[in-house]
Amino acid sequence: MIKGIIGKKLGMTQIFNEQGQVVPVTVIQAGPCVVVQRKTTEKDGYDAIQVGFVDANGGKRASKAEKGHAEKKGVAPVRVLREFKIEAADAAKPGDSVLVSQFEAKVKVHVSGTSKGKGFAGVMKRHNFKGGRATHGSMFHRAPGSIGGSSYPSRVFPGMRMGGQMGNVQVTVRNLEIAKVDLENNLLLIKGAVPGPKGGYVVIKQEA
Amino acid sequence: MNIIDKLEQSLLRKDLPKIGPGDTVKVHVKVREGEKERIQIFQGTVIGIKGGGMRASFTVRKIASGVGVERIFPLNSPIVDKLEVLRHNKVRRAKLYFLRAKLGKAGRLKEIRQDA
Repeated sequence: MIKGIIGKKLGMTQIFNEQGQVVPVTVIQAGPCVVVQRKTTEKDGYDAIQVGFVDANGGKRASKAEKGHAEKKGVAPVRVLREFKIEAADAAKPGDSVLVSQFEAKVKVHVSGTSKGKGFAGVMKRHNFKGGRATHGSMFHRAPGSIGGSSYPSRVFPGMRMGGQMGNVQVTVRNLEIAKVDLENNLLLIKGAVPGPKGGYVVIKQEA
Repeated sequence: MNIIDKLEQSLLRKDLPKIGPGDTVKVHVKVREGEKERIQIFQGTVIGIKGGGMRASFTVRKIASGVGVERIFPLNSPIVDKLEVLRHNKVRRAKLYFLRAKLGKAGRLKEIRQDA
């Protein structure tokens, strides 16, 4: 089975490593998770497992559709579902648990999550443009400046960096090191920052 | 208590004595030289404690051959092997940065005696 799990970002803190150095870590409540559905090439066109993040309140707030889906597979209702691609020969079946025990300290993982939304942001915030000077009669402050020539090409090139929605998109941070695995409380301590707010859901994957 | 607080609580060092600003302390520091590890002693006055919980650190000031030397230690760091409080001094503020401007006898602090 591919090494992956769903987690909930709890926040950041710091710990000491063996050399006595301070390491900034993000604490992630990783699971316990459960396999809800096995997708196969014959039936679904690809091989994957659908994994659910086991609710603390036993799926009390799950919708009817979510309850129905879980009931059909014979597992407790879960609200957060994610898919992980697996090999066709994989023996994973609904009801199998997915735990932090698959990870160990020092390995590199990729963490994906939805970044914090910043709303409609200007070019200075969104693309790190420099802007103009604030004083001395300057009338050019946070504007983008020229976005292209008027006679030629007489159009704006696609992909021109401008203001717009910033954040609230899926972001993957690759090669983050696992600082510590807490099997007892299902916690993963990952070195560095991960996308999203506290309480946001992230997917942690270890590439083979 | 939330999970992060609990986690930090479990990582805090409980073997160190409580220190306050003005205390004269002896800090046993682990020093790594290549493969070997030895203990170095840094003795001086605690002139401030910063932060709390896992982030707490303290500053120790001493006069070494006429030059003021300050060293900042993370309170929960494993590099602090042992911490000894030699005496408690009477101080009226939390940060004793004014000691930096005092030379010689002017930089002395009055001891608080626990007996009596």
